[in-house]
Parts: sequence; structure tokens; C-alpha cells
Amino acid sequence: MINRKLLWLFMLPGILLYTGLFVYPALSGLFYSFTNWDGVSPSYNFVGIDNYKDSFDSITFRKAFLNNIKFMVVVVVLQTVISLVLALVLAKNSRTHVVFRALYFFPAILSSVSVGLIWSFIYDPSIGLLNMSLQSAGLDSLMGSWTGDAKIALYAIAFVQIWAHAGQMMIIFIAGLHAIPGELMEAARIDGANRLQIFGKITWPLLAPSAAIVISYTTIQSFKAFDLIFVMTDGGPNYATEILTTYIYHLAFSNYSFGLASAGSMIFLVLLGILTFFQFRALRQEGARG
Amino acid sequence: MKWVGRIIMILYGLLVAAPLYFVVVSSFKTSQAFYANPLGWPDTWSLQNFIHIFDAQPMLQYFWNSARVTLFTVVIVLFLGSLISYAIVRLGGRWGKFAFAYFVAGLIIPSQVIMLPLYSLVRQLGWSDSLTALTVVTAAGLLPLTVFTLTGFMEMLSKEMMEAGSMDGAGEWKIYWRLVLPLSGPSLSATAAFLFVMVWNDLLIPLMLLNSTEKLTLPLALMQFRGEYVTDYTMLLTGVVITALPMVILFVFLQRFFVTGLTAGSVKG
Repeated sequence: MINRKLLWLFMLPGILLYTGLFVYPALSGLFYSFTNWDGVSPSYNFVGIDNYKDSFDSITFRKAFLNNIKFMVVVVVLQTVISLVLALVLAKNSRTHVVFRALYFFPAILSSVSVGLIWSFIYDPSIGLLNMSLQSAGLDSLMGSWTGDAKIALYAIAFVQIWAHAGQMMIIFIAGLHAIPGELMEAARIDGANRLQIFGKITWPLLAPSAAIVISYTTIQSFKAFDLIFVMTDGGPNYATEILTTYIYHLAFSNYSFGLASAGSMIFLVLLGILTFFQFRALRQEGARG
Repeated sequence: MKWVGRIIMILYGLLVAAPLYFVVVSSFKTSQAFYANPLGWPDTWSLQNFIHIFDAQPMLQYFWNSARVTLFTVVIVLFLGSLISYAIVRLGGRWGKFAFAYFVAGLIIPSQVIMLPLYSLVRQLGWSDSLTALTVVTAAGLLPLTVFTLTGFMEMLSKEMMEAGSMDGAGEWKIYWRLVLPLSGPSLSATAAFLFVMVWNDLLIPLMLLNSTEKLTLPLALMQFRGEYVTDYTMLLTGVVITALPMVILFVFLQRFFVTGLTAGSVKG
């Protein structure tokens, strides 16, 4: 017999915790977005949708939004391609391959603070590993200010993001590759298909579900990226690496514009929701096809 | 074709290993040695940085803070989350679906969106600068993902088995504790691995909720090091090495655990 009362009691602590410390703040965020609260004073005024209008008008917001898109696109495309290539290279379960898989996966367990500091160090213009190596290789002209140059800083950080997570995505592709029945590949080979044909007609279509997972996870993860940018450049130089999450953070904690920041986070939520929705649809379609 | 694969494998291996290797090696150089010869092998392997950092910073305190928060958060989330998932699966029907939807809806809300109101709520409650508050808040935020994952797994367990248990006179708690929970082992451990890494490495929530030095978690302490050791790279890197060490050790021994957990987490999340 199902004891419904007891089951609800089972859920009660979780419901209280979740509602009080997650749902409630989320809803009050929505509330504050319609005020001009600075986060500290006990009084504030309602400003209706002014915060939303101001956000869309704000140059910083637009810059952050554009950077967010740029960052996301670069990371998604490169990370997917790189992790797929790595998976193809390390697909077979040999001893060496297993060791290399672990190596590639390793950065994913480091905190982004650690990763950010390691790469800030490597990117240091005067004594960082990158510039020093270029110098000793005689490639002085390629040296640059990796995180100090507004034109390349965002991409420099995108590279780090990929470095930290490509190995993790590679594992997903490897699982997908292993799920492809070996007989299929054998049959194709016997029929005379060459490597490229096998990849195009068999491997890639059957990898579609894995690709969908990798792409959607990377999209959402890169869209939400905060830690890495916060640690490496804090949005600089001159907002060149400012994305929506750092924009919101700065508005709230540097400018004391809690209301405006809340409006920003609501917009962010909607954008993320739209992204997630399309990902879901794409995943569903891939699943239905595959 | 095979050698193309080999070249890629080695090149990427270098790409991953070189920074890590460089960081570790540099931490064994004194500051002067480093500036004199940034790329080279250390002339003398100095433990000076390590000694200094344990001297100047309460490293054990930071480690203990991170460990406490992570351990309690993961235990709380898994316990409450598994109770909820069990109830959802047992209740079934409209109410089960409703409860499930309520929790899973939270997956859409990223922490950046609730970070501001959460910050002011915690301040209003007088919970600023509290590791317990951090634990509880982090746990709340991780319930959606946990409930989503565990429910997915428990759904696949045999309902007849649970009914049989109930026929034998077992109450809900017994069925949960003696039957469902043990069978959920794989799912629980994979989720635990994912949660563990997320909480241990978390920056944003601790950044907002903690102030005083004694309360800092390792990622926060590391950020602080950056301010303190602005020009002393070797010290900073020593800090990075030390704070990464627990994870590295765990990874070496429990590698499969982490890989499965983080992969499963990325599939669900």
C-alpha cells in the first residue's frame, strides 16, 4: 500500500529547502527587476519596465551580449570539432589510449580559478610560457598581449575554455563511437568503402545523438561562463571580454544597481531559455531520426 | 593515416601536459630563479614556496572549509534528493509529475540569475559569512539536477518489486532505505562524483556569501592569492598546485568514478 502522506513528508524537507533558497530568490529577482534598488538601502522605487529599456539601450549590455554570442559560437564550433577528432584518434581501447584519454579529461576537474590562473600565467606578456617559448623559437613577431589586447582577449579565453573541456566532450563522443556496431563498419569495408565514405555515411549519422549532447552542453556551458572570464580579465580590457554574466555581476556589486542587474539577469534567463528550447528540439529530432 | 592520428595524439597531449608541467615545475623555483630562467629546468628544487605558503596562509583551514562544505552539501543533496525522487516515483500520476516538474524547472535557472536576490536574502537572514549557510544554499541549488538524475534512474526500477516489499509489510521508509537506495548505487555514485566536483570548484556562490579569511574555500583563497602575490608568480603557482592537489589525488585513484559521473552529468545537465 502506498502511504501517500508519508511520501509527501519525504519530499517536505527538500521542498522547503528548494522553495526557500532557490525559488523564492528567483521570484524576488523578478520583483526587483522592476525597481531601482541599489542592493543596500531599505527603500527603493518602482520603475516599471525602465530597467529593461535601459538594459537594451545600454552600450555595455549590447557589448556583453555580442561578446557572449561570439564566445559561445567560437567555443561550440571548435570544442565540438576538436573533441570529435580526439575521440576518433583515441577510439580504440588500447592501454596508451586509455592513459591519453585520462590526460585529456583531467583539466575538466580543475576549478576554473586554477585553470584561469594557470593560463593567465602562460599568457603573461613578459614571462609567460607562451611568449617565452615563441621568443626562444625565434618567432618574436608572434608574441602578443594575449589577455591585454582588446582584439584577441576574448578568443584567448575561448581557447582556454576549450582546453579545459574538450577532453570531457571527447569521452561522450567515444561512448557514441563505441555504440556503433562493429559489424556495420566491417560490412562497409568488405563492400569496398574507403575511410571517408565510412565516416560520412555511417559514423557521422550514428554519432548524431552524441553530437547533439556535446553541442547543447557546450552551448549552455559557454553561454553561462563566468568563472574563467572573471578570473582572467574580469571583463576587460575595456569590456572586450565582458559577457552577460560578468555584466550582471558588475552592475550589482560594483555599481550598486541591483534593480538594473536583476533586469539583466531576467533577460539572460529568457535568452538561456530560448537557447535551451532550441537545443531540446534539436536533440529530440536527432533522437527521433537516429 | 595511422601516423596522422599519432601526431595529433602527441601534439594534443603536449598541449594539455605542458601548462600543467610548467606550473608544477615553476612552483619548485624561487622567485629569483624563475625570473632569471623562466622556461628552464630548476637548478635547485626549492621547497621554499611550499613552506612559505603554509606559513603565511591558513592552507589547512581553507582545505578544511572546502572539504566540510563539499561533504555536507553532497550528503544533504543526495539524501533529500533521493527521498524526493523515491516519492515521485512511488506517487506517480498527476502529483508525481507535478512534483517532478516543480523541481526540474529549476534546471533552467542558472545561478547567475538568483545570485543577487540570494545575496540579499542571506544578508537579511543574518547568514552572511557562514559556511553552514553556504552549504545549505548550494544544496538547494543542486536539488533540481539531482532530482532529475535520480528520478530518471529510479523510474527504471521495478515497481512490482516495490509493491512486493509493501505487501510483505514494509513501510515506505523500509522500501526506500533497504530496497531502492541500495539498488540506486550506480546512479548515486555517479551523481555524487558530479556534485563533488561542482561544489568543490564553485566560485560564484562562495564569492558572494563568504568574507572573512578563516571562512574561505580553496577557490576563493586562490583568488585572494592572486591579489597578494601579484608579482610573485612562483608563489601563486604553488598555491594553484596545492589547491589542485586533493582533486588530483582523488582523480588518480577514482578516475573512472569521475569520468562516468561528469559525463553522465553533462548528458543530463
